[in-house]
Amino acid sequence: MPAEAVFNGLRRVGAGAINAVSRLGFAARFFAVVLIHSPAALRRTRLTLREIYFAGVLSLVIIMVSGLFVGMVLGLQGYDTLNKYGAGDSLGIFVGLSLVRELGPVVAGLLFASRAGSAITAEIGLMKTTEQLAAMEMMAVDPLARIVAPRFWGGVISMPLLAALFSVMGVFGAYLVGVRLIGLDNGAFWGNMRAAIDFWPDVTNGIVKSVVFGIAVSLIAVFEGYDAMPTAEGVSSATTRTVVEASLAILALDFILTVFMFRGMGG
Amino acid sequence: MTAAASPSAAAPAGPTENAVELVGVTYGYDSHRPVLRGIDMTIPRGRVVAIMGGSGCGKTTILRLIGGQLHPQAGRVLVGGQSVPDLDREALYAMRRRIGMLFQFGALFTDLTVFENIAFTLREHTNLPDELIRDLVLMKLNAVGLRGTAQLRPAELSGGMARRVALARAIALDPMLVLYDEPFAGLDPISLGVVGKLIRELNDALGITSVVVTHDVYESLKIVDYLYFVSEGRIIAQGTPQEVHASPDPFVRQFVDGASDGPVPFHYPAPPYAEELAVHAR
Amino acid sequence: MNRTAIDLWVGIFVTIGLAAIVFLALKVGNLTSLNSAPSYRLEARFDNIGGLKMRAPVKAAGVVVGRVDNVRLDPKTYEAVVALKIDNGYQFTKDSIASILTSGLLGEVYVGIEAGGDAVMLADGATIAKTQSAVVLEKLIGQFMFDKAGSGGGK
Repeated sequence: MPAEAVFNGLRRVGAGAINAVSRLGFAARFFAVVLIHSPAALRRTRLTLREIYFAGVLSLVIIMVSGLFVGMVLGLQGYDTLNKYGAGDSLGIFVGLSLVRELGPVVAGLLFASRAGSAITAEIGLMKTTEQLAAMEMMAVDPLARIVAPRFWGGVISMPLLAALFSVMGVFGAYLVGVRLIGLDNGAFWGNMRAAIDFWPDVTNGIVKSVVFGIAVSLIAVFEGYDAMPTAEGVSSATTRTVVEASLAILALDFILTVFMFRGMGG
Repeated sequence: MTAAASPSAAAPAGPTENAVELVGVTYGYDSHRPVLRGIDMTIPRGRVVAIMGGSGCGKTTILRLIGGQLHPQAGRVLVGGQSVPDLDREALYAMRRRIGMLFQFGALFTDLTVFENIAFTLREHTNLPDELIRDLVLMKLNAVGLRGTAQLRPAELSGGMARRVALARAIALDPMLVLYDEPFAGLDPISLGVVGKLIRELNDALGITSVVVTHDVYESLKIVDYLYFVSEGRIIAQGTPQEVHASPDPFVRQFVDGASDGPVPFHYPAPPYAEELAVHAR
Repeated sequence: MNRTAIDLWVGIFVTIGLAAIVFLALKVGNLTSLNSAPSYRLEARFDNIGGLKMRAPVKAAGVVVGRVDNVRLDPKTYEAVVALKIDNGYQFTKDSIASILTSGLLGEVYVGIEAGGDAVMLADGATIAKTQSAVVLEKLIGQFMFDKAGSGGGK
């Protein structure tokens, strides 16, 4: 009967909400522990370097190619609209601001979450399933310091660099489309863009955003891996959760940060 | 045949302190369903002791309690005279450095070579120079007969070889106690013999104490000094291999003979067969 | 992947990443502009600054010579007091005129300085005496309509 179904539905939503909140608390404690172990992990530069390689270097191709394509599309679409108002020369400003402030950190963050975030979660989850983490604990080596913290910092360090590279490739893509293909004036393209984009606040806010996204994605990735059920299905669902949660976190944080940063821009 | 002969009776005169003691240990992952109820065990120094029982009876839980990964809800767990649940993190880690553990299926670090796996604890816990570490690792590998695999990765090893490498890793720091979780599971007959032989020889040669959790009766009876049988959270039988062979206890008999039905029932609890069929046919 | 290869790739990655950030700062943004050049302060008072914003450019003959540093209202005279940061390389005469101008019809608002003929230069902290406030569009239209009505009515 419908009343019972509704009641059950509500109960499940409630249980789900309580579960989500308690997981959030657990994640917060986990974050604190990872931070506590970080100085020891960062002193082991070899470990962290290795993680920067796996998170950052291996993401280079997808980030740079995507940046190029996004820039080219922005160039085409942007020119199409701007030209109607005789503002074709402002293409540089349009593309530059979009990339540096928003698209660079956000799209690079989403791509990073899917590529590197899921890989980190799968790796840690698999180590948990094959009892490697337990073995390490029994050998009196803290897996949080040796496995988790380096991967976290590898992600945090890689993210801003990847976002900057994405923006640069995007601008280059727009340059190819705007100046080379369509024939806009080279000087106007770069000159207008430079005049409109300030280091402070535009570029620095973009960097701040990418650092915040890096922290969020890396934290979610290592947490879901560490918390995964030690079975094949467990690791698979943990990987999916990482991508979904990290993507939502990026978009939500982007909104919050944008409100804070550009609130005063109107005047 | 129950506690007629205690494990110490089988041991020659030597240091009387027990390596491991469990007194009245009760534990449940879920507080309503205890996995272990009131377990009493003593494992003297220098002995190889087997803990046997059917799947899911709590054998691995006992190992986790000894290693400090779990805390008992009641009772005491003593290792080398120290109460494990009361140790703080530093002391617990110090104790773990003196314990080696062989996990089921090895649990080798898949991203490191065999050499690096064994060198892991040496690098983490000592400041020994590289040449010395190299020599120690090769020594341990030689003890298990796998010195030639040093540069291979765990994925390139067969099951039996991986198990032996994990054994070498477990003894890397010359522990005083080695815990084996199902060391015989899934091995071919030759590897079974090799692993069993290694467990016994290493125990005697290095003067360590070994606790072997397994359900392989045949191999265990060949190498251990004493056995404990666990069922439904309690110790229902114990003794030396000779006593076990001759035991009239129905549970021990079912285990040793490998009978499919006996004190451990064949059928999982279910409503009567005829009833279920009749219901279905309607 | 051996150690030296990893080190090399990470080094390359970090280098090009930092280079990208520098590129964004200099070539895409305008970091090299006058933020760190040594400068001195001038003040100017206006009846209405229109849409003048903080960090708006200060131009003389169309060349950027400084930035608007601060804007506040004088509570006694109800005038807008604008603090200007001018590059040390540029000096202006005491009878210079500061005006609020708009670049183009819809462009940004900036402060334009026209130098005069006085022999004495403005010192650090001095006030520009002559100023011209922003043109407020509504007042202009109102003025125009008033004049139109006046001239039409006078016929």
